[in-house]
Amino acid sequence: MQLLCAIERSRAVSATTSVTARRRNAPWAALVPMALTVLVAYLGTTLWSLRVSLTSSRTFPNDDFVGLAQYQRLFENERWILALQNLAVYGVLFILACMVVGFLLAVFIDQKVRGEGALRTIFLYPYAMSFVATGLVWQWVLNPGDGMQRAFRQMGWESFTFEWIIEQDRVIYTVVIAAVWQASGLVMALMLAGLRGIDEDIWKATRIDGIPPWRVYVSIVLPMLKSTVATVFVLLSTGVVKVFDSVVAMTQGGPGTASDVPAKFIMDHLFGRANIALASAGSIVLLLMVIALVLPLMIARNKTSGGGGHA
Amino acid sequence: MKAARIGVYAFLIFAALFFLAPLYIMVVTSLKTMEEIRLGNLFALPQGLNFDAWRAAWSEACTGVSCEGVRGGFWNSVLIVVPSTLLPILIGAVNGYALSFWRPRGANVLFAALMLGAFIPVQVMVYPLVKVLAAVGLFSSLSGIVAIHIIFSMPVMTLLFRNYYAAIPMELFNAARIDGGGFWRIFAQLMLPMSTPIVIVAAIMQITGVWNDYILGLVFAGRDNLPMTVQLNNVINTTTGERLYNVNMAATILTSLVPLLVYFVSGRWFVRGIAAGAVKG
Repeated sequence: MQLLCAIERSRAVSATTSVTARRRNAPWAALVPMALTVLVAYLGTTLWSLRVSLTSSRTFPNDDFVGLAQYQRLFENERWILALQNLAVYGVLFILACMVVGFLLAVFIDQKVRGEGALRTIFLYPYAMSFVATGLVWQWVLNPGDGMQRAFRQMGWESFTFEWIIEQDRVIYTVVIAAVWQASGLVMALMLAGLRGIDEDIWKATRIDGIPPWRVYVSIVLPMLKSTVATVFVLLSTGVVKVFDSVVAMTQGGPGTASDVPAKFIMDHLFGRANIALASAGSIVLLLMVIALVLPLMIARNKTSGGGGHA
Repeated sequence: MKAARIGVYAFLIFAALFFLAPLYIMVVTSLKTMEEIRLGNLFALPQGLNFDAWRAAWSEACTGVSCEGVRGGFWNSVLIVVPSTLLPILIGAVNGYALSFWRPRGANVLFAALMLGAFIPVQVMVYPLVKVLAAVGLFSSLSGIVAIHIIFSMPVMTLLFRNYYAAIPMELFNAARIDGGGFWRIFAQLMLPMSTPIVIVAAIMQITGVWNDYILGLVFAGRDNLPMTVQLNNVINTTTGERLYNVNMAATILTSLVPLLVYFVSGRWFVRGIAAGAVKG
C-alpha cells in the first residue's frame, strides 16, 4: 500500500524538470554495461592482443616492437601448423557430418513416425552435455585397452581393431566422432523446424507429378531451407574455431601434440609457456579466420533480408 | 508394412542406439567394480547395483593432491550459475527493452557492435581480460567469473530479449508513456511481467551454458571456485596410477546431471532457446 502511494506521488511530481532529465538519461544509463562490454571487452582486448602480438613480450607485456616477427615465428612453428591442419580437418568433417546426419535424422523423423518425441529427445540430449563430459565418455569408449575394441573382440569379432585415439595420424578423427555425436541433434532440431514450415501443397503437387520423395528433398526442400542451412553453418563454424574443451578432455592434445588445435596452442603459450606475444599472434590469426568466414555470410544475408525490430 | 517404412524405422532405431550408447556405457561402467571392468565387456550389464564408485566420485576421488571428489566443484558451480543466470538475464532484458522501445541515438550501432563481438574468439580476449580483472581486484574470485559470464552471454541474451520485445506492439509502450511511465517503471511493471516465456528460454540457455563452461572457469574462477567441469577433468586426466574408470564415469554423470535434468524437464523450451538464439538479427 505504501509503495502504491509512493508511486502515485512520484507520478504527481513527474512534471518537474529534474525528473524529466533523469528520464531522458535513463535509456543511456541502461546501456552502460553494453557500451563497456563493446569498448573494453571487445575493442580494448582485441587492440591489446594485436599490440602485444607486434612485440617481443614473453611473460609480461613489453614495448619492444618487432613488427610481424611473431607471426613469422608462428608460421615456422610446426606445432602451430599441425594445429591449423587439425582445425581444417576437424572443421570440414565436423560441419559436413553434422549437416548430413542432422538433415537425415530430421527427414526420417518427418515421415510421420511413431515415437517422434522420444526420438527427438534421444538425438538432442548429447547437446545438453558439456564438451568435457563428451570428451571423457568417448575417451573411455574408444580406449583400445578396456573399451569398445575389446568388447567387440570378446563378442567374436576377433580381428576388430579401432585404435585411432592412440594413432597420431588419426586421433583428430576421434574428436570429430565425439563432436558429431554431441552436436548433430542440434542440426536435426533446427532442420526439423524448417521442414515443418514447408507448405503441404508442395508435397501434394510433387506427389501428383510422381516425383520420388528423395528427389523432392534434395532438389526442392533443401534449397527452400537455405536460410536454416546458413544459420546452422554459422553456428557450427563458430563452434569449430572455439574447439578446446573436448580436445583437452579427450586427448589432452596427444598423443604428443598430434591432436593439437589453435585454441589449445594459444592457451598453452599464454598460461603454460609464458610466450604471450606468440600466443597473441595466434589469437589474431584465429580472429582473422573468423572474419574471413563470417563476413561474406553476413553481407549475403543483409542483402537478402532487412533488419528486425520495430519499423 | 511396406519395405520403405521398415527402412525408415530401421534407420531411426540404429541412429537412436548410436546416440544412446555412450549414456548406457557411462551408467553401466559406473555401477561395475574395477575387477569387472578389467575382465568384462564394455557393453555388459553390471553384476549388481554397486554404488561405491558414485560415492567415491562424489567425495573421495583425487584431483592432484587433494582427494575430496567432485562435491566441492558441484557447489562451486551452483554458486557460479545462480548469479550468472540472474544478472545476464536482467541485463539482457534491459538492453533489449532499451533497444526495442527507447532507441537512444547510437544504440543500434552499439547493438551491431555487440553482435559482431560475439564472433571474437575467446583466446583473443582472455589474457587482456585477466589483466583488467586483476587491475580491479576481481581476478580469481566468484565476482570475477560472474562478470566474465555476464560479458560472454550479453550478445545472445540481448538478442533474445530484443527480438521478443520487437513483437510487442509499439502502441502499448506509447500508452504507458502517456500514462506517465518512466524508463524503469515501464520496464519493471509492464515489460518484465510480459516476459515470462523468454525469461524461461534465457534461463535454460544460461544454466546449461554456464554449467557446461570449462575454459572461462579454468582461467577466471581461481583455485577456490573451480567449477565442476574443471574438477571433473582434473580427476580424470591429472591422476597418476591406475585409472578408476567406474569412478570416472560416475563423476562424469554427476557433472552432467544438472544440464541433463534441465534438458529433460524443459523439453521443447530447450529447442526454442536454440532456435531463438540461432536466428540472428
